[in-house]
Amino acid sequence: MKQTLRSIPVSAWIGMAGITVAVICALFAPWLAPYGENQIVGDPWAPSSAEYLLGLDNLGRDLLSRLIYGARTTLFVAFVSTVLAFSLGSFLSFAAAAMRGPVDVGLSRINDLLMSIPTLIFALIVLSALPQNMTVLILVMAVLDATRVFRLGRALALDLSTMDFVEAARLRGEGTLWIIFREILPNALTPLLAEFGLRLAFAVLFISTLSFLGLGIQPPTADWGGMVKDNKDGIIFGVSAALVPGAAIAVLTVSINLVVDWLLKRTSSLKGGRGDG
Amino acid sequence: MNDHIPVFPLARLHGRYPLTTRIVGRLLLSLVLLVASSLLIFGGIEALPGDFATTYLGQAATPQAVANIRAELGLDAPAYARYLDWVAGLLHGDFGHSWASGQDIGAQLGSRLSNSLLLAGAAAIIAVPLSIGLGLIAVLYRDRLIDRLINLFSLAAVSLPEFFVAYLLILWLVVKNPVAAFPATVYASMGLGAKLVTIALPVATLVLVVIAHMMRMTRAAIINVMDSAYMETAALKGLSRWRAILRHATPNALAPIINVVALNLAYLIVGVVVVEVVFVYPGMGQYMVDAVTVRDLPVVQACGLVFAAIYILLNMTADILSVLANPRLRHPR
Amino acid sequence: MDKPLETDKRPLLQVRDLRIGATAYPPGEPPRKIEIVKGVSFDLERGKVLGLIGESGAGKSTIGLAALAYGRGGVKITGGRVLLDGEDILGLGRRGIRGVRGTRVCYVSQSAAASFNPAHRLMDQVIEATLRHGLATADEARARAVRLFGLLGLPEPETFGNRFPHQVSGGQLQRAMTAMALCPEPELIVFDEPTTALDVTTQIDVLAAIKSAIEQTGTAALYITHDLAVVAQVADDIMVLRHGETVEHADTRKIIENPDEDYTRDLVNVRAVRHTEAAEQSDRFFEMAGINAAYGPTPVLHDVSLHVPRGQTLAIVGESGSGKSTLARVATGLLAPNTGDVRFDGETLPPQLKHRTREQLRRMQMIYQMADTAMNPRQTVGQIIGRPLRFYEGLRGAGQRRRVGELLDQIEMGQGFIDRYPAELSGGQKQRVAIARALAAKPDLIICDEPTSALDPLVADGILKLLTGLQRERGLSYIFITHDIAIVRAIADSVAVMHRGRLVRFGPKSGALSPPFDAYTDLLLKSVPEMRLGWLEEVLSTRQIESADN
Repeated sequence: MKQTLRSIPVSAWIGMAGITVAVICALFAPWLAPYGENQIVGDPWAPSSAEYLLGLDNLGRDLLSRLIYGARTTLFVAFVSTVLAFSLGSFLSFAAAAMRGPVDVGLSRINDLLMSIPTLIFALIVLSALPQNMTVLILVMAVLDATRVFRLGRALALDLSTMDFVEAARLRGEGTLWIIFREILPNALTPLLAEFGLRLAFAVLFISTLSFLGLGIQPPTADWGGMVKDNKDGIIFGVSAALVPGAAIAVLTVSINLVVDWLLKRTSSLKGGRGDG
Repeated sequence: MNDHIPVFPLARLHGRYPLTTRIVGRLLLSLVLLVASSLLIFGGIEALPGDFATTYLGQAATPQAVANIRAELGLDAPAYARYLDWVAGLLHGDFGHSWASGQDIGAQLGSRLSNSLLLAGAAAIIAVPLSIGLGLIAVLYRDRLIDRLINLFSLAAVSLPEFFVAYLLILWLVVKNPVAAFPATVYASMGLGAKLVTIALPVATLVLVVIAHMMRMTRAAIINVMDSAYMETAALKGLSRWRAILRHATPNALAPIINVVALNLAYLIVGVVVVEVVFVYPGMGQYMVDAVTVRDLPVVQACGLVFAAIYILLNMTADILSVLANPRLRHPR
Repeated sequence: MDKPLETDKRPLLQVRDLRIGATAYPPGEPPRKIEIVKGVSFDLERGKVLGLIGESGAGKSTIGLAALAYGRGGVKITGGRVLLDGEDILGLGRRGIRGVRGTRVCYVSQSAAASFNPAHRLMDQVIEATLRHGLATADEARARAVRLFGLLGLPEPETFGNRFPHQVSGGQLQRAMTAMALCPEPELIVFDEPTTALDVTTQIDVLAAIKSAIEQTGTAALYITHDLAVVAQVADDIMVLRHGETVEHADTRKIIENPDEDYTRDLVNVRAVRHTEAAEQSDRFFEMAGINAAYGPTPVLHDVSLHVPRGQTLAIVGESGSGKSTLARVATGLLAPNTGDVRFDGETLPPQLKHRTREQLRRMQMIYQMADTAMNPRQTVGQIIGRPLRFYEGLRGAGQRRRVGELLDQIEMGQGFIDRYPAELSGGQKQRVAIARALAAKPDLIICDEPTSALDPLVADGILKLLTGLQRERGLSYIFITHDIAIVRAIADSVAVMHRGRLVRFGPKSGALSPPFDAYTDLLLKSVPEMRLGWLEEVLSTRQIESADN
């Protein structure tokens, strides 16, 4: 265990620290935030001071408080949609790989079709017709992300199911569920975990982008992309309030990517090797 | 493609002309995808809950007003008839009229598409050689300081949202050191030179965002080739490093690099949406976002289809070029 | 082409106290430095061939590449000297070494298929070094290449070079690579397992081509292989290596006929396992009758019928593409035959795996060629062997653990391995665990698909001894799939020879392996290298070289 911990590179530690901070903010927002989410405490775009560490936003709300509450919204939407995307994508992909035949062909073709339209464009089309609330956002993001998970999951499952140890299990007479959960899944776990990280980082960027375009989380709920939109007009006056939530998004996605990078390297160095993941 | 169904004559044809059949197959697939995505774009909106007339009128929707507006917009016809109408119009270059402004969508699309292509094109001309060059440098100095720096930079750049990069550049190059223009408003009457000066910042943003991805993938593609046994053969023949790279690595790295470039150009197409909104640039992306905001469905559908078509076209080009670059297919047994 | 032998007294190549190191990355541990070659010295005279032989990890390829001052991957030459004609090539620097590689020393790799650039025609690649180093004009080089193609027995030497690598067969590529190495007329060629990846009937042609090319051009050679019988045919001297050190270095006759060291003797006497065939073979304990099978539209097996008596071994022998592994897939039910029956102990088995009962599955077990991929890397040895116990007998907990321990004892590994992961085991140990997993099911028949071909000869011998021992104790039947006639001789009761999806010969070993032969079995048997001098010449004089791989 000690050895395992020591073999984690510094970059991955930094990444994990960044993620931890964001998660703590999200979980304990009401206790951590000095002011309320929508509490107007002073003049618009007041500069930072001892009272308001990061200054105030375009309506005179405390930027730090909104940033902490925003972590909650942004992370929640990103996390839930990614979990949904993963459940959906990996279930369907493993099912496709296990059943082969028409099920596989059908699912794969539908997936190809969904992937033939860029994600953002697809989301814009759907959101033009649907009400813009959090449930719809989460579902839309989950379905779009699931297409990417499906592709990876299917490739992984097909790859692993040609391995001799899976064939040995089939020859023994093991059922499909045993083969998927005991033989394939443990070996697919690390790449899937890395993919989960990538998808999560992508979801954070994506929900922020939608909110920035005014099509994501609707005000007055604080979320990082929406905060950039709220404060963007200040930029030309030299007010950097819009950059603060932007930087928060950047730090979070960089952190996730640092951890993913390590996971991916670990997978490749583990080829055929052991591993306690 | 056809390996699921034992179509023997087709298989024989494929055996004799692998290149032609593969390319024709890929062209057909793109056509199918295009038709399917038009169905998806039209039918998807159709199938979603909510009545557009009601949405369109908002709170003021009396049953009579709703019926009127439905008739006016042609929504009372059955869906398949409207789809066929829509497609027939598209084939003549008629994209219909905007619900919000009543303007002809085709005319708007024309000028906005060319603006977006200018933006994306300028970004591509800078980003493609730059990222391939950087990728090559990273490979040449593999695992040394410069490679690690490039890697770290690209990892960070992949993680940055476009709008963050854009506002950083604005704050730095417009507010603090006024050297660049903001907003990037271009007019049809402007000359190309003036346009290029105006769009310097949005282009820079796009380049920064796309370059990291492209560089990382280029590096991976080249390393894959450099690690192959025939590169060792070249070294053991006593060839110089440059000779080995130019003569032996390049022809094999070409296909994957072409793929990387096309993939990222496709990504660029999406990237313009955000960048155009930030810089208030009159392109396709902003047109679409505005239309989505006011639920101007004909415009959304038209823009969506154009974006999808470009995306499908780029992916097809990538596939065909990499087929062409494959010696096994060019010179069958 | 015929270079006059120089009578200079100084050896062409002098290697002195060569030390080569690398960095190892064991999973879950910090990287550490290891020494691959630990102070090896030897001389090689002009025009002579030195065979470097040893098991995997002996450092033989690393030494061969050191003759070109090249370290593969992270390998670094850390000490010693490599003198080419008296000059230390390790100190030449980047530019200087380019004057050695591809001109004075050339290299032939194990996998010519990967070593040729897929993007260029063969001719351009064969003459490239000659042209780049300014050794000949383009026309001269081309003429030289055509002559070499002819010398190496390649078809249509005039136009052969116009083809791309993927347009010719593996055996032809290996010869083309030899032509590529000979083209600059080097003083030394390093052959790194040049025939290992080839089928045995192809190997003999390539071997003969290489040998005659070496003789006719008068070049010196380092010939690296793990197969002593092969190197005995081409080398003047042989150096036996083990764990990066020299075990024995002497002329070929001495090494083969009268070695000093025990290790060398083991290598020479490998396949000492001898099994006398059973007299009575009419019992049809397991039988395949009239099997026709196909992958999609491609027919693979044509009317194959054979049987195995209880407690005996049937060896199925054939080269790649002969359909021998497909036969195993039909037997196990992974591939349903188009026509034909599989019968086991009196009952006809359902053609498809999913229709077979658990009891039917239990009685037939399988052992794979690559033990690496045959075991789930995320399971311990105890879990791997324990699962069949649980699955077929419902054995769990302490009872299961005790049985696993007994099985580990039976495969001569001991109970200490029970909590290890496959990655922590050697190749031979992994294969033993795979055998234990099969035994755990208490099977009546085990199908062994080339279980020893990925292993070093001495390790493989251990596995064969284990298998024959277990057969005697438990009355197991084996179907043993192999491409190696020596193994067939060692363990089989009956033999089936497969060629292009057909059974060309089937019967008791003594009959199947003695004349009169059909044409293919004759070719196959004559192609197996024998551990004695002059074997290659003998065979070549009795049969016309034909490009069997075309």
